[in-house]
Amino acid sequence: MSVTRLTSLIRRSGRIAEQAPQAPALFPGAGIFGGSIQVRFINAGGCNDCAQEVASAFGPVYDVERYGVRLVASPRHADVLLICGSVTRNMIEPLRRTVVATPTPRFVVAVGDCAITGGVFADGYGVAGPVSDFVHVDLVVPGTPPEPAAIVEALRRMTGR
Amino acid sequence: MRVGTGAAAHAVELTWAGIGAPILMAVLQLALFVFLAPLLIGVIRQVRARLEGRAGAGIWQPWRDVRKLLAKEPVHAADSSWMLSVGPIVLLVSSLLLCVLLPLVGTLALPLIPSDLFVIVSVMLIGVVALALVGLDGGTAFGGMGSSRHMTVAALVEPTLLLSIYALSIPAGSSTLSLIVQTRLQTPAVIISPVSLLAMVALAIAIMAETSRLPIDNPSTHLELTMLHEAMVLESSGRDLAWLELGSWLKLAALLGLLGNLIVPWGVLTDFTVPGLLLGAVAVAAKVLALGTALSVGEVFLAKARLFSVPELLAGSFALALLAVTASYLVA
Repeated sequence: MSVTRLTSLIRRSGRIAEQAPQAPALFPGAGIFGGSIQVRFINAGGCNDCAQEVASAFGPVYDVERYGVRLVASPRHADVLLICGSVTRNMIEPLRRTVVATPTPRFVVAVGDCAITGGVFADGYGVAGPVSDFVHVDLVVPGTPPEPAAIVEALRRMTGR
Repeated sequence: MRVGTGAAAHAVELTWAGIGAPILMAVLQLALFVFLAPLLIGVIRQVRARLEGRAGAGIWQPWRDVRKLLAKEPVHAADSSWMLSVGPIVLLVSSLLLCVLLPLVGTLALPLIPSDLFVIVSVMLIGVVALALVGLDGGTAFGGMGSSRHMTVAALVEPTLLLSIYALSIPAGSSTLSLIVQTRLQTPAVIISPVSLLAMVALAIAIMAETSRLPIDNPSTHLELTMLHEAMVLESSGRDLAWLELGSWLKLAALLGLLGNLIVPWGVLTDFTVPGLLLGAVAVAAKVLALGTALSVGEVFLAKARLFSVPELLAGSFALALLAVTASYLVA
């Protein structure tokens, strides 16, 4: 894309981010983060619906980064693990190891009904169970898939902003 | 240094001007840059967020990140060694030394440790090697790959850094950076000479590579295969990560400060006065933040170069530096 075209696109689009809704109450114990959390996203065996909703929560419209949330590439950098999908057999061990690799204090957020109860995949032959069967879950975001606004609200409870 | 009126007054003034004033300036410089470096990253991210149509996390966010990371307990990989916790501190110390030695607030030279070109590049190299060892120590594939790429880029950047500053040092007749800045302040015609312009372009590209900015490295990438700097810090956590981040930010701020003082040398402190010191601090902070904003706007229009075309870009900058040195002998 040429520089002039990109400049005119930037000028025309202006601010895409929507107005910030009222800040939700701080999650108990998350005060230690002081308005800054790094998030590691894990798909434990979902259909990528929730993954797309998480992606749009980090996009320019919902812009969860304005509350001090950042996606990171390693669980070692993370404070919060966003887990979606019912846990498949092959993901049991990687999921446990990812949680152990995250430095404390850490919080685990299960996103979507599949992660909370197993959802429509609960009886599948490759599915081992919901996330809470294998790791401790602190916060749940229900929905199939949840709206980006719900994911943003859950993350705002962690930053307190 | 001024000539004193009496013998006693001369001795006192010599001691203050030779030792006290430079140390005071260096301490101020250090404090200013530790404060400024996270702010610079905040400004860079905020400008980028606004251009992308986002609201942005605010310019103080990197400070919050560092404070949070310092409160967390680091987790080390099972087979890692002490390098994972010592390496970040070595990187931080090398960056802090850079902030002390470079002529940022003023050009008063520290006694015994000159801000010589070779000293600066060596101090920078200590940090580069420490970071590469941290990358290797975790024992992961991505860490080793990041370290190997990082050393490749470093090996290509160091000659350009040396040669471009060498080209700038020819009008000053000294390879001490504070004297180079002083010469440019006294004879501004040097700044817009073709030799200086060529050398500055080469130096700017070398600094972009050294501090892992676009188009050599993408500082906000999540794709492991495209990472250089980020791949090495994947295994670090808690306060280790805080020191690594702060060390890299300080290096970027210090090098941008040097670049700013070479392009616009006005405002730097040459003779010690208290108002001059404050003016120097404000001037260098303004230059660093202005360059950071320009860097952020420029990065919006750039994509990361393919790894195989990075040597071509760096070879180009080396050629510019070589041309600058050659031209300075042929033209002048």
